[in-house]
Amino acid sequence: MRISLFVPCFIDQLYPNVAWSVVRVLEGLGHEVIFPQGQSCCGQPPFNSGYWDEARSAALVTMRAFRDAEVVVGPSGSCVTMIKVFYPDLFKGQPEELEARELAAKTHEFSSFLVNVLGISDVGAKFEGKVTFHDGCHGLRELGIKKEPRVLLEKVKGLELIEMNEAETCCGFGGTFAVKFATISTAMDEVKCASILETGVNTVVSNDSSCLMQIRGMLEKEGSKVRGLHLAEILASR
Amino acid sequence: MPAQSTDFQTLSRRYTADKPLRAFIRKALGGYYQKRDENKSNFQDWQGARDLAAEIKYEAVNHLEDYLLEFEAKITARGAKVFWAPDAEAARNYILQVAKENGVRAIIKSKTMTSEEIHLNHALEKEGFGVIESDLGEYIVQLREEPPFHLVFPAMHLTRGQISELFEEKLGSEPTDEPEKLTMIARDVMRSKYCEADMGISGANFAVAETGMISITENEGNARLTTSLPRIHVALLGIEKVLPHLEDLSLFLPMLATAGAGQTMTCYNTMYGGPRQPGEPDGPEQMHVVLLDNRRTELLADAEQRDALGCIRCGACLNVCPIFKNIGGYSYGTTYGGPIGSVITPHLRGLKDWKHLSAASSLCGACTEACPVKIDLHHHLLQNRRNGVKASPSPFEKLTYGGFSVMMGHPLLYRFAIKIGRFFQPLHDLVNGTFLDPLRAWTSSRKLPKLASTSFQEQWKKERGGEK
Repeated sequence: MRISLFVPCFIDQLYPNVAWSVVRVLEGLGHEVIFPQGQSCCGQPPFNSGYWDEARSAALVTMRAFRDAEVVVGPSGSCVTMIKVFYPDLFKGQPEELEARELAAKTHEFSSFLVNVLGISDVGAKFEGKVTFHDGCHGLRELGIKKEPRVLLEKVKGLELIEMNEAETCCGFGGTFAVKFATISTAMDEVKCASILETGVNTVVSNDSSCLMQIRGMLEKEGSKVRGLHLAEILASR
Repeated sequence: MPAQSTDFQTLSRRYTADKPLRAFIRKALGGYYQKRDENKSNFQDWQGARDLAAEIKYEAVNHLEDYLLEFEAKITARGAKVFWAPDAEAARNYILQVAKENGVRAIIKSKTMTSEEIHLNHALEKEGFGVIESDLGEYIVQLREEPPFHLVFPAMHLTRGQISELFEEKLGSEPTDEPEKLTMIARDVMRSKYCEADMGISGANFAVAETGMISITENEGNARLTTSLPRIHVALLGIEKVLPHLEDLSLFLPMLATAGAGQTMTCYNTMYGGPRQPGEPDGPEQMHVVLLDNRRTELLADAEQRDALGCIRCGACLNVCPIFKNIGGYSYGTTYGGPIGSVITPHLRGLKDWKHLSAASSLCGACTEACPVKIDLHHHLLQNRRNGVKASPSPFEKLTYGGFSVMMGHPLLYRFAIKIGRFFQPLHDLVNGTFLDPLRAWTSSRKLPKLASTSFQEQWKKERGGEK
């Protein structure tokens, strides 16, 4: 399959290794990966802040970049939600509504694409260690992704998955919320990190780098040894 | 910035700093989750039940006028008086007028959030009427001169020790750590108040159009006494409480108990269809039903968010909300706290002053998932944000996002901005976490990630060139 890679802007700038991991996994499965030029932010920050006109301008750039794509895969439940769930809302009644719906239909979050589209659970990864999985809210509740990352993690050799108590509780990131309401966001982060530490794992995994930024931000600030890794990075480990 | 928004920031900061309170609330809710899930499994199909409840509420809300008129006609035929209150003031004035005309001296009240919404106690007390809350939790917060902390659990923020101290101070009782003893202390006070009161004020959980009755569901039996012992019963309810058919209660009563308190059924479920009828030995001589609008019709006019009128005030959205669990009920500064409050308060009390509540959410959607009548809560928060921007955009944000969208459309500009960011990154290290740090909202509690020296786009281009 010819897969167009959607790399959310902050993964592009902060975590390029996550995007390379996706490339390695997909190519390892024998697929062709292309990276359409001209993609930028999906428009979620202005959209979530209520600036829908500005969000539409950013979204149009993304829509243009993927116009000819056969299938689009991105390693973020949140940014994929923006395209899959919110673009149709954002462009409702606009000339681009149909195009927005078409893009929504052919776009997939990485773990969901592997399990539900390609029908794969074992990507041949090896990772020694105990990990726990954090469900990003957008992936979990907007896209209904719950079992997919776990199905994939279970097949990783050497990996032991230990569920935390608060796996489905929001980490408190929420985009601009994290700085606009920093104290509330921090309190939520504290709850999440305590739940992670309780499990005794050495790695927390998620399918959203934005959640990981929030979680790692606190763990590292507190001097914890627990690492944060994107699911793709685990699946690309050999 | 409106005062309400500044207050919210101040209060939420104060409450998040209270770690023992946060831990206490989490622990209290931990028991609720377990019981709720046990009781959900008593439903043949909980998701199906939610679909059905949403459908019934959709029907009721979309034909609100018809069902309210049917309700009025049926309950009036049995001698109750129905008053349509367009706003809080009209509702207060009507209740005051009934009290004055009937020479009422003492008033007892069972739990009603609608009365909190119209600040009824304050209005009654100002006119010299003593009011006592008969729900235990409400009575406790009344003694503390506080509003309810939570829609369903008004005193959930207080420990047994705090309640015992309160009773010692206000009622002169002996200290105790036993919930049963604390209940008995309040009960002793309450019993005489029921007999003294000549007006009982209640809310209603549902109004049934088909039979012209209101339904009250409760655990303490206090509402039954409040509504039946005094010679006048006043029921105050929002217009959205109406259900088409009596049969609907067979779904809504267990659903409310499960979602709200993790119970199979609430202990006492009573229907009230009018004052004492000829030949009946007891019951109130008069029954007044106050149907409150108070800008609910404005919410009704909003096709996008009309489903929020389906709310049965179970509090399930508060119980699962990570924001509520950390900032508690008092930070909101509203009658209705938590996600549902953040959705409806801008409609009921003005978007300008209350839009900050819709911003104060990570949009995690736990509320929407928990809502038994499937109100699209977290998406309504997004719509409130959009509506708030439409009504009065913030000049700073408008400029930021305007610049942002231009940048996203121009790759060169975007790359240039990132270069500036990379340049400033080492400089940021010098002020990191200090009061000079422009990013301290993040860095005071979290480490800032580093920009990669080259982006994925740049790396891809270098390794694979162009498209592929």
